[in-house]
Amino acid sequence: MVLFGTIGFTAPWLLVALIGLPILWVLLRAVPPAPIQRRFPGVALLLGLQEKEVETDRTPWWLLVLRALAIAGLIIGFAGPILNPETRSAGSGPLLIIADGTWADAPDWSMRLDQIESKIAEAARNERTVAVATLTDLPTDLPFMSADVALRSVANLSPAAWDVPETAANWAAAQNGSFDTYWLSDGIDRDVRGDILAALQDRGTVTVFETNRPVVGLRPAVIDGATVTLSATRTHGGQADYTAHAIGLDPAGIERELASAPIIFADGETGTTTEFDLPPEQRNRVTRFVISGINSAGAVTLTDDSLKRREIALVSGGTSTESLQLLSPLHYLREALRPNADLIELPLTDAIPANPDVIVLADVATISPLEIELLTDWIEQGGMLLRFAGPRLAAAEFSIEADPLLPVRLRSGGRSVGGTMSWGEPKTLAPFAENSPFAGLPIPADIAVSAQVVAEPDPTLSSRVIAQLTDGTPLVTRDTLGAGQIVLFHVTANAEWSNLPLSGLFVQMLERLSVISGNTEPSAEILAGSFWTPAQILMADGTLRSGADLAGTTGEDLAAFTPSADIPPGLYTSEDRAIALNVIDAERQIAPATWPADITVETITDAPETPLMGWFLAAALALLFVDIIATLGLSGRLRGGIVAAFIAAMMMPNDAQAQSDAAAIAATSNVVLAHVITGDAAVDDAAFAGLYGLSDTLTRRTSIEPDTPVGVNIETDELSFFPLIYWPITANQPMPSRDAYSKLNDYLRSGGMIVFDTRDADFAQYGTTTTEARKLQAIAAGLDIPPIERMPADHILTRTFYLLQDFPGRYNGRDIWVEASVNAGSEIDGMPFRNLNDGVTPVVIGGNDWAAAWAMDDTGRFLFPVGRGNAGARQREIAFRFGVNLVMHVLTGNYKSDQVHVPALLDRLGE
Amino acid sequence: MTDPITLRASAETVAASLPALLAQADQLASTVIMGEHGRRRAGMGDHFWQYRPAQTWDEARLIDWRRSGRSDTTYVQDKEWQIAQTVMMWIDRSASMSFSSADSHPTKAARAGVLMTALSLLLLRGGERVGVIGADIPARRGEAQSMRIAEWVAQADGSDYGSPDDAGILPNSRAVYMSDFMGDLAPLETALTRAADRGVSGTLFQILDPAEEDFPFDGRTVFQSMGGSLRFETQKAGDLRTRYRERLAERKDRIAALARTAGWQYGTHHTGDSAQSALLWLYTATEQTR
Repeated sequence: MVLFGTIGFTAPWLLVALIGLPILWVLLRAVPPAPIQRRFPGVALLLGLQEKEVETDRTPWWLLVLRALAIAGLIIGFAGPILNPETRSAGSGPLLIIADGTWADAPDWSMRLDQIESKIAEAARNERTVAVATLTDLPTDLPFMSADVALRSVANLSPAAWDVPETAANWAAAQNGSFDTYWLSDGIDRDVRGDILAALQDRGTVTVFETNRPVVGLRPAVIDGATVTLSATRTHGGQADYTAHAIGLDPAGIERELASAPIIFADGETGTTTEFDLPPEQRNRVTRFVISGINSAGAVTLTDDSLKRREIALVSGGTSTESLQLLSPLHYLREALRPNADLIELPLTDAIPANPDVIVLADVATISPLEIELLTDWIEQGGMLLRFAGPRLAAAEFSIEADPLLPVRLRSGGRSVGGTMSWGEPKTLAPFAENSPFAGLPIPADIAVSAQVVAEPDPTLSSRVIAQLTDGTPLVTRDTLGAGQIVLFHVTANAEWSNLPLSGLFVQMLERLSVISGNTEPSAEILAGSFWTPAQILMADGTLRSGADLAGTTGEDLAAFTPSADIPPGLYTSEDRAIALNVIDAERQIAPATWPADITVETITDAPETPLMGWFLAAALALLFVDIIATLGLSGRLRGGIVAAFIAAMMMPNDAQAQSDAAAIAATSNVVLAHVITGDAAVDDAAFAGLYGLSDTLTRRTSIEPDTPVGVNIETDELSFFPLIYWPITANQPMPSRDAYSKLNDYLRSGGMIVFDTRDADFAQYGTTTTEARKLQAIAAGLDIPPIERMPADHILTRTFYLLQDFPGRYNGRDIWVEASVNAGSEIDGMPFRNLNDGVTPVVIGGNDWAAAWAMDDTGRFLFPVGRGNAGARQREIAFRFGVNLVMHVLTGNYKSDQVHVPALLDRLGE
Repeated sequence: MTDPITLRASAETVAASLPALLAQADQLASTVIMGEHGRRRAGMGDHFWQYRPAQTWDEARLIDWRRSGRSDTTYVQDKEWQIAQTVMMWIDRSASMSFSSADSHPTKAARAGVLMTALSLLLLRGGERVGVIGADIPARRGEAQSMRIAEWVAQADGSDYGSPDDAGILPNSRAVYMSDFMGDLAPLETALTRAADRGVSGTLFQILDPAEEDFPFDGRTVFQSMGGSLRFETQKAGDLRTRYRERLAERKDRIAALARTAGWQYGTHHTGDSAQSALLWLYTATEQTR
């Protein structure tokens, strides 16, 4: 192999042939293209003419260059050029090929597999044994095997959605024996990397492979007021633009993109943020944010309750009491809820239609039957009613029948303990039971309850208690109703009866009841004692799958927020709460991996070996093809047809689209009359010529100036562009397909007009039925044609432009059928015509062969004779007038039916 | 032509094309509905024209007694004057007419032949007398005449460009000349002047190939006339297009001017268009000049 810079040749001696090119130049220059002999009668007119530019008889220089280039391309192509030929080094002994196999590898995993396979192939050539593994899925021992066996295990490797575990260092240290290592790094710096590298270097040389591609990660979304802030981090790289999408369910429950925002890294910048401005209702539906175009779990961040803000309606009993702010029954609730929820404070009947997530009734004792009905409906659909006791509730006469919106029956009056007028000490809270939603919450010692409402003993009472005092009296009770629940705190929402609302426990309890959701990651103590099941699992490539087949995990394990093989990243749920475990947490900054100087780091930037022979030969062929066209063009043998056929063949699919677009634009930029293509060439030509003649007449006589008419194929063409479609019926035209029928019906319903012409009026009078008429019946059976009648003498078609009573075409048959008038009023005395129905008749059916009477060629000559002598000319004129009336009728509708015009028309009729 | 084998062979060729030509012309002619053309004045004829009071010179047997019985005067029926016209035709049968630029349309000669035969069929059926100018076919009536005309049409003469003649035109008759008028215009001018002098009115019908109108040629080309008598070489045919068209337009104007001076009609037809509209135009033109 001979090298010229980055290009090598397999057969360089062939390049000697390039010396021959100048000879070719001389040869070609001597032979000009031959003239064409052409017989042409018009030569008599050419005699004596001189062309303005005289060209040489020689072959033009650019054609010579073209040919020389083509030949040079052939010569170089056959010399076997190769770009970036590789020079390979061999090794010996066992080889460990290890990949990080993390989420950062996922976008280019197939490239890494290729790299591993080529490394194994190279090892096979050098007869080395090979072991293959990933650091995220470590084998217990390292089986070095022959290369071809190792090759088979490559397909089993897959990236994981979590990082290299700390245990990998121990694993590396535990290896023994001597082997070289080829390490495919994902390019992210991590603490454990140095230990692994040191352990592997003890065993032999380590070569590292890295791509230059920056790794991009998305941190969890943070909500800040109305905006959602999303921050991204990356290892390195120049200016880069990405797009982040918020994906969630739309109101119909279908997952789609809800919003998007650009993520722009400036040159060299490793962190950036973007903001989504989402309305609360839409924000609550977002399930995850992704960076499009990066198939990595790091570019996905799942959202959980922390992004959701619940809507809570606060309703208190005594709205008119002028009490101090701190005594307001809602004050502490407001303070506890405001940071994390949207609060609405409205009367109950106004709050329910707003469909809040939670309605809080603080010391409301009297609820009207209507409100009860509304509330019950709302709870059964998943609402949560949170009630607090108070003086009013305690004073009310209770029965569960009277107030079904209480989880337990209450004893009237309540009780007071530990006050100045009572014997006992204030009571404290008992530890929460295992099955209580509050299980695991620590209870501060200083919480004291001095008054409460008391539940009636009841068989179901114990199952409804979720928190109680040390003496066993219920403090919080809960009952379910439909899909929702009712929770009653037996104390007030203010500090009047207990200091519970003043404590942090109160907020935690509300959180556990999912009344509010934490803005930050839930702390270990909130998670303590809970059990979480994975609802959705994030895969390494950023896709989601159901986690139903995985075992759940305890809150304590989850609290570490470190994804691993045991706790894969995903969405975990427990009762109504959801926690997202993301690959990248809020604080993580990913940094590029750094390697000691003595480690060889290969990157993908080394261009792979590329044979260029095919490209050179293809280029030579293309040049020769251009040469053919150029030669033909020079000698005048290139006719428009050939070029058009060639171009059409080259760009068939695009062209068809462009053509139909052009046709649509042409058809809609002006009024265009259309006829149906029947398949009978003579009839179609006559129809076209007829509409051409009619268009011409319209242009000359009226303000309608149509463009050249077109033939439409009812199967494939769009009909709605045309105000009027002329449909000549032939006996053997194909029936329209079902699609064509639906198109035709749409056309008729949307105000189009079809003129059916059976062209048989010369022999179809007096009730005889022709094959065309039978065909028309068959075709019209599938059409949405309204009831029709013989055109009455006062139909609007008789006076839209000309005053007519006959509608002849080439034949003068009598019967023209139009849509029957729906409410034909009786004739009013003094009025020449009735007030007929509105609108344009969708069909006109006749057999007078109008197109033949209108038919005109482009020089204005009539194509078909009509009648005889002057009578024939008159008949043709009336036929044209009918055509003008038809088009006027289509375009102006019932304008002339307007009685305003009656006096003027009467005037003219009287003349 | 003296060699009997050659004669027989060419006669057979001509005869073979005749039925096709006649059939084609017949089909074409049938698209035009025939009407008898009265003279719109009283005279000899079969059709009723008007009643007029009998004059002294009217024979008694001419009196229409049915009409006269209804009034005091006697009436005579006038008939509409019907008269057979003589139409003389000529088509260019020179080599230049045998040109066709594409397979999709016929040669100019073929189109001219069909048009002439169809027109003569129409006229003959209408009772006119039809003949051929410059040939040994005087104007006659009857369907058999169309056979003679078709026979004449099918033969080509040897010249490169045709020159019209006026031999055999009867005074005050009608004439139709069909040609591409690509050759020298002097013979046409002479023929036209002499015909006009004799009170003949008629139609000049120019038949052109679309290629002759558009001149769609490019590149280095050697043009030859159909007979080979003219030759013209150009390096860049496309360069001449505009000037060729100018010359053609000039020529058309000149023919039109000639026709106008002589009181004749002038029409142009392209072989790419339908023969039917051409026939209709020709028929109407012939009808108008009558």
